[in-house]
Amino acid sequence: MTTPSPIVRVQGLHKRFGYHWVLRGLDWQVEPGETVVLLGPNGAGKTTLLRVLATLTRFQGGRVEVVGAALPKEATQARQRIGYLGHAPFLYPDLSAEQNLRFYARLYQVPHAEERLSHLLAQVGLAARRRDPVRTFSRGMQQRLALARVLLTRPPLLLLDEPFTGLDQDGARMLSRILAELQHQGHTLVLTSHDFPRVLPLATRFDLLHRGRLQATLPNRHLTLSELQEWYQSQLINPIEVPS
Amino acid sequence: MKGPTSFWKATWAVFLKDLTAEWRSREILTAQWTFALLVIFIFDFALEFDPRAQQRVAVGVLWTLFAFAGTLGLNRSMSMERENQCLEGLLLAPVDRGALYLGKVLANLVFLHITAAIVIPLYSALYNVSFLNGGFVAVLVLGFVGYIAVGTLIATMTVQARTRDILLPLLLFPLVLPILVAAVRASEGFLTGLPWDEVRTWVNLLLVYDVLFGTAAFLAFDYVVEG
Repeated sequence: MTTPSPIVRVQGLHKRFGYHWVLRGLDWQVEPGETVVLLGPNGAGKTTLLRVLATLTRFQGGRVEVVGAALPKEATQARQRIGYLGHAPFLYPDLSAEQNLRFYARLYQVPHAEERLSHLLAQVGLAARRRDPVRTFSRGMQQRLALARVLLTRPPLLLLDEPFTGLDQDGARMLSRILAELQHQGHTLVLTSHDFPRVLPLATRFDLLHRGRLQATLPNRHLTLSELQEWYQSQLINPIEVPS
Repeated sequence: MKGPTSFWKATWAVFLKDLTAEWRSREILTAQWTFALLVIFIFDFALEFDPRAQQRVAVGVLWTLFAFAGTLGLNRSMSMERENQCLEGLLLAPVDRGALYLGKVLANLVFLHITAAIVIPLYSALYNVSFLNGGFVAVLVLGFVGYIAVGTLIATMTVQARTRDILLPLLLFPLVLPILVAAVRASEGFLTGLPWDEVRTWVNLLLVYDVLFGTAAFLAFDYVVEG
């Protein structure tokens, strides 16, 4: 019996901005079908890690392999198999919801694009606003549309940076439902979040980043919210020694 | 998704997106037309009583107008990519970055040509100069290609800077000076009926500039946008 190779493999990853090291020799991997939630205080390196995996940021040292493609050399191949939802929605304010999705569908050459974008607009609850310019959308609506953009290509690996930010209760429930469906379909999800109650039912594993390194890992075996919070607090009180 | 088909499809997607966005906002053309009309009227009043001077400076005024109107268009075109960090959305696409650059260049070219199509007849009527000349039209196209090819790259470089409105013309104009000089000289030559031998040098300069700088800008784009 052969074990599937990791969908994300990071070895000795170093990344700095100016003189400030954000990732310091990070070793980390994700298996196919997992839902990994990256936790950690602000500045821990979560967003930077996702941006490196999404091929948006270059790194100074180490090896990164995403969906079988070595970065940065095979970045174009990796991009075909990654869906990235960052802090910004990457949507053109002057274009309507459907025009935005149509543009990205053309760019990614999505087959049967019109059917796909209609389905996605309905899925994220924006079918009635499909012809309205994005400029008139609230932050939460833009976040929903950004999610539809990410899902256009049915990527096997989804990288979601604080996906619940800006969503109201209905929007957050809708996102949780969509993420659970994606999990069920076998997609691999890596997300960052501070919203413990929202991510607890989704995660198969919690990884805590601290000062650019993997501080601790906690598999989600029917964890309760208080157990997760206690674990998180205890890890931050007793962080590993990291040379500055 | 690889290969030439994918490249041209991506170029087409970016081109169409820019045109659609402009159709909905009309920001680039409005800015270019307003500026162009102001320049034309100011020069018309300034040279009202000297028809010979009007004819002498006609081509120079026209190219100055296109150069400045062009920067307005380039700035707005890249600002669109800055809003909501859409440029990163483009860079996430599994396509050759050259296709993204080419799509932007083609859209910017269309905007400048539309402005020229509006401005030139009006200018012709006010200054009593005929621009109905095949050679002049060819120079116009060659000049615009070189200007926009370099301008799109520089606008991409400056888009993240806080001082991008100042930085773009500061970096762009020294680079496109050869093309502006050649375009003015070649346009003058064609419109005053100079023999081909006297105009050829300037046309050749335009051609060489377009090929060299166009290729360099195309190749440099990937490097410029890489984080």
